[in-house]
This record gives sequence, C-alpha cells and structure tokens, in this order.
Amino acid sequence: MSRTRILALVGVLVVWAAVSYGNRMLGVMAPALLPTPGEVATVFAETVRDGSLPRHVATSLARVAVGFGLAAVAALALGLLAAMCVPVRLMVEPIIEFVRPIPPLAFLPMFLVWFGLGEGSKVAFIGYTTFFPMFVAIAAAVLRVDVTLLRAAASLGAGHLDLIRRVILPAALPGIIVALRLGFALALFVIVGAEFMGADAGLGHLIMEGRTFFVPAQIVMGALVLGLLGSIVNALLLATERRLFRWREAGATS
Amino acid sequence: MFLSSVPEMMEWGLRGASRSRRDALRWRLASLAVFLALWSVAGGLVELTKPFNPLFLPAPWVVIGALLELARKGQLWVHVAATLERVAVGFSAGAVLALALGLLAGQVRAVRNVVEPVVELLRPIPPLAMLPLFIVWVGIGEGSKVGFITYATFFPMFVTTVHGVAQIDGRLLRAAQSLGARPRHLFFRVILPAALPDVLTGLRLGVALSFFVIVISEFVGAENGLGYLINDGRNFFLVPQMLGAALLLGLLGYAGNGLVRVLERRVLRWQHPR
Amino acid sequence: MKIRVRGLSRTFVAQGRETPALLDVDLEVAAHEFVCLLGPSGCGKSTLLNIVAGFLRPTAGEVRVDERPVTGPGADRGVVFQEYVLFPWLTVVGNVEFGLRLKGAPAAERRGIVARYLELVGLAAHAEKYPVQLSGGMKQRVAIARALANSPEIILMDEPFGALDAQTREVLQDELGRIQRVEHKTVLFVTHSIREAVYLADRVIVMTSAPGRIKQVFTIKLPEVRDRFAPEFTHYESEITRVVKEEVAKVHE
Repeated sequence: MSRTRILALVGVLVVWAAVSYGNRMLGVMAPALLPTPGEVATVFAETVRDGSLPRHVATSLARVAVGFGLAAVAALALGLLAAMCVPVRLMVEPIIEFVRPIPPLAFLPMFLVWFGLGEGSKVAFIGYTTFFPMFVAIAAAVLRVDVTLLRAAASLGAGHLDLIRRVILPAALPGIIVALRLGFALALFVIVGAEFMGADAGLGHLIMEGRTFFVPAQIVMGALVLGLLGSIVNALLLATERRLFRWREAGATS
Repeated sequence: MFLSSVPEMMEWGLRGASRSRRDALRWRLASLAVFLALWSVAGGLVELTKPFNPLFLPAPWVVIGALLELARKGQLWVHVAATLERVAVGFSAGAVLALALGLLAGQVRAVRNVVEPVVELLRPIPPLAMLPLFIVWVGIGEGSKVGFITYATFFPMFVTTVHGVAQIDGRLLRAAQSLGARPRHLFFRVILPAALPDVLTGLRLGVALSFFVIVISEFVGAENGLGYLINDGRNFFLVPQMLGAALLLGLLGYAGNGLVRVLERRVLRWQHPR
Repeated sequence: MKIRVRGLSRTFVAQGRETPALLDVDLEVAAHEFVCLLGPSGCGKSTLLNIVAGFLRPTAGEVRVDERPVTGPGADRGVVFQEYVLFPWLTVVGNVEFGLRLKGAPAAERRGIVARYLELVGLAAHAEKYPVQLSGGMKQRVAIARALANSPEIILMDEPFGALDAQTREVLQDELGRIQRVEHKTVLFVTHSIREAVYLADRVIVMTSAPGRIKQVFTIKLPEVRDRFAPEFTHYESEITRVVKEEVAKVHE
C-alpha cells in the first residue's frame, strides 16, 4: 500500500475517532448510533474469541466460492462454446436479453421459494447472479481475439484444436480473468443482501443482527470485515493477473 | 464489453451489448420474442404434465394475469410509484452530491485530498452492508431507503466526475484564457462541457445501481414497492406476482437507462455528429 | 515597442534537478511586426512564447506588452497551439465566436465577425461542423480564425503547422501570409522550419541550444509576397541554416 494510502486511512481513523468520541462528550446523537472505533474493535475481538466471526466469514465465503465456482465453470464452458459456435450463441442470447435488465436480487425471494431456506438457495442465487455477466464477458473476450492471429497460426499448420489451445485461450485469457475477477466482486456484493433474509449465518446475517439487536457497532464491524475481505481477494486476483500477463503490457494486439 | 467495475456490470445489464442502433432494436425484439415463445412452451408443458406444482414455474400468461389483477385492484400503481419515487429521489440526491463534490474535488486539490481517502475506504464495502446502519439511524421509513440509495449511488458517480475533471486537457483552459476567459467562464464554458461525457457515464452507472439495490431495501421493512410485492409473495407462494414484479422492475430499469442514454446522445452530439 | 522582453530567464525544477531553459533573453517586437523564433529542440523557444502568453512565470526578468507587465494570459494576446486545441463540444462557429461571447458581444455582431473570419480562412462552408469532422489543416484554420476573431493585437503561434503534412503546411503558410497582409497583427511565431521562417517573418531570431539565448537576429528584406525559389530567399535560407546547424551540432554532442 502506498504511503499516501496509509496516511489517508489513518486520517479517516482519526476523524472517525474524533467525531464519535466527540459525540460522546457533546451528546449530539444517541451514543449508540455513532459507534467509536474502540467499540467496533471490541465487537470484533468478541466475535473472534467466541468463534462466531470466523464461522460467519467462512459461511459467506463458502457460499460465494461454491456459487461463483459453479457459475465460473459454466460461464467458461458456455462462453467459449458460444463465441466459437453461432447456433449456441443464438440459443443463449434470448435468455440473456430477457434476464439481464432484471436486478438479480429481485429473484432472491423466488430462489428462497424454489430452494428453501438452506444453503442451496444461497448458492444457486450466487450462481445465477454471477453466471450471466461472466458468460457474456468471457464470450466477448474470446470474440475479441484478433482474427489475424488465427490466420497466422493456421498458415503455420495449426488445426482446430491447436487453434483453441494455443491461440484462442492464451489470447482471450486476460479478458477471461477480468471477467472472473468482476464476477467474484459481484458475488461478494450480492451475498450480503442475500444473507439479510432467510439466513441464520454469514456476514450479511451478522450485520442484520446488529440492526435487530440494536448494536450498530456490529454493523460497522461486519461492513469493515466485508470490505477488507473484498479488498484482499481483489488485490490477490489483481496480483495474479499482473504476474500472469506481463506480456500484455508489451504490445498486446487487443 | 470492456468492464472494469461492478457498477459497470450492473449498467451492462440495462444497456446490453453494443450494437449499431438499427440492428439493436430488431435483435432485442427478436430475442425477447424467442424467449417468450420458449417460456410459453415450457410453461404450457408444465401446466399440462404437472411434474411439479405449476405455481413454481408459471407460464407468461399467468404472470401477466397476476399483474393485471393487481392493476385492476388499483394496487399495482401504488407499488410502482413507491419504487420509482424512492429511486428518483435517492438517485437525484446522490447525483447532486456526487457532482458537486466531484467537480469541487476535481479542481481543488485540498478537497480531493480530504474526500478521496474516505471514498477509497468506503468503496470496497458493498453498499448493501450499510443498509442496516441506515435503518438504525433513520428508522425503517422512507428516509433510510432513500438515504441508502443516495449513499450507494454516490460512489460511482463521484469517481467518474472526478475523473471527468481530471482528464481535461490543460491546453483547453489555456486556450480559453487567451481568449479572455476568467475563472467563472472557465468553469461553465470549459470544465463543465469537457467533463460532461464522464459525468453522464456516471449518471448511467448510478441509475443502474439504484435499480439494483432498491429491491433489497424494499425487502427489509417496506410496506409498498415492487420489492415489497416480490418478498410479500413469498408468504402465499404467489410466484406469478413475484415474477411479474421482477419483470416490471427490469422494465423500469431499462427505461431509466434508456432515458440517460437519450440525454447522452443529445448532449454529446459533438462526439458523433451526423 | 509592442512586446518588450528584458533579462528573461526560466529554470525548470524536476526531481531536485534544475534545468535552465532560458537564460537572460532580451527581445523587442515592434507593432505589426512578424517575428519568428527559430532554433534546435530544447532551445527554449516554446518556453519563451509561453511566458509571453502568460502561461508560465519567468524565474527572472520580465515581459512587458505596451509597457505593461504580463501577469497572466489575456485576450490581448491570442494563442494558436500546435495541436489546434479546439473546443470539441462546439461547432466551428462556436469555437470562433468563443472570445466574443465572453466579451458579451451581441449575436448580430458575433455573426458578422465570425462570417468574416471564416471567409478569410476559407471555411465558410463548414461553419456548422464539429472539430471531430475536420481535417488537421481545417482545424488549424479554425484555431487561427478563433484567435483573430477576438481582435487581439498580438498573436502568439507555437509551431502551429507542426502537426500537418508538408503540402497542407505550405498551403497554410501561404494563407497565413495572406491573412497577415490584411490584418497586420504583431506576431511571435515559433518554428522548427527555416524555410517557414524565411517565408513568413520580418525578422528571424535564432536561439542557442539549452540554456536558450539569442544567438543571432536576421532581418528578412524580401517583398511582402515571397517566392520560395527566388535566389534571395535561398540565400537567407542557407545563411540561417548555417547558423542553426552550429547549434544543432551542440545539442547532439
């Protein structure tokens, strides 16, 4: 993290502390409504100690991982297929066209009806939410591969399978990884909302609990943990991306 | 499709793939027609063969029937209006805030140094996580829903506005100054027009985000709205109602996005004249 | 004296290192004179122009226009940039009348002035087009019309034809010469091209390589309408080329 970033974070922390402790002293708002950093840290420590935080984090992550994983595999397979095979594209297109403007969260209650209140509904919901954007993005990445690359390979004697393995996949890989990274971010975005209702575990549930039992510090803590989680995963994925694709900087064709 | 953020993914949902305008409409209508046909066939089969309770996968006519029933009872409009109002107010407030702060931060280093750290800290946190906080602060009523939409839409619109100002070619400002422009001229006649493309993109993202998150806030503690309709349907397995409301939501989002894009085409005529 | 430059110096500081771009430059430009600044890359000619335009502050020395010190950019010194710098959201008319709108000139007056200058640069037929629809040469003509329409007494041009191909360049040089014969502005013109300088200027000021100083001043005694192939023209060209080559050699040392 850059120095300015750290300074900024410290600055925000200072302001937060000043405002919340100041509020304690001056009594502008009910003290419970403006949790201090200390209170948030306390809730964090407590939930870590009694094991509930790790459990909730693990639950959320598991749901995201499985849902996203399934969707990613499907999106990859179908995306590649659709990009290379027009009939498949024509078949999937109508479904996408119909479904895409509808906010995925609008289907959440339906998933609860269809799959009940258990893990299945959350996983299916995450899978549904992330599949379509990833599918379209992956198909687009494959379609974006420079045709001249394919021609060059063909004139060097590449057959169909070679073209896929040695040209299309490597060339489309950066775009595919970006699609996956964003799909994961979308999953994290949505899981909180999905865990507000019909769940008794997970970070979303933990945050909602903060509201039910009027412990705003718990909400803030949950939100911060979520943000941290998202940042870490994103940073990891970005780093992997950069490592894998050093060649992209040096004169990519797309 | 060149996406680089989650809000852009949401906006893609409303906008769809980029195609030439003439083709786009025809393709979309054809796709929708095909889907409706397939859905009708599937729905019809389910009703006939009943592999499971047809209520779980209602055919299109059942869904439309449910909507019409609600419309006849005069309830549909109440819910649609409630949702639209929340989105409109929340989005507008978010836009005004984001534009004002964004334009300021884009030009005044000091403001930027203060606001950006806060934004960067809050941005990784899914806005949905903050909804309960809004409810705790403002109560379960309209205020928390609208405030939440404002909060959620602020970030992408702020970021794009700052970027819009930051990317302005400094020479445009110099050229204007050599033609006699004073600071207020520079702001209204150079900075605003030059930042407008990015600002409008931000607005599009904000609209998409608004529709994306409004449902959740209407699931949790609302007594009207399309989200409420969807969640309420759970109680009596009114899946047609749930699907219908979801469809309407999609339609509204699509219309909202369309409106911004029409505005964009008008205002940004200079990018693609003729 | 229209423009008076005294003891002008400008040093750039980057990462703790100081780079002197201009050192102790004295210069005078008379009213209605067309003066070219010529020199190798990095000789500070653009820096000098930017200081006269008011975009940069000198580290030492001063610039006076009509005996008043220059403190910033202003409508009295019109600028034409190498990269045109048109306002992309305005039509050709919108660009040309920009300065007039700032002054609050009434619509009828603006229309007249704009029409006159569009006629002058030969773009009357493209009045309602947007910059994105124009070629490089057309864009530069709009830039010139925009600067002229504001009626500054001084026009500063920073390699205005540098981004154009050779043919368009010569055509625009012809046009500029023609325009100057009509408008009689005071012009300070920065260029790389010796040919261009001899074609357009009353005086050519050759600058040294960094840090920039005035090496030599040539007064061009040629008729108003110049023939690029006349022996006198070629003579000036070779003289100046010789002097410039000395400085170019220093840059590449």
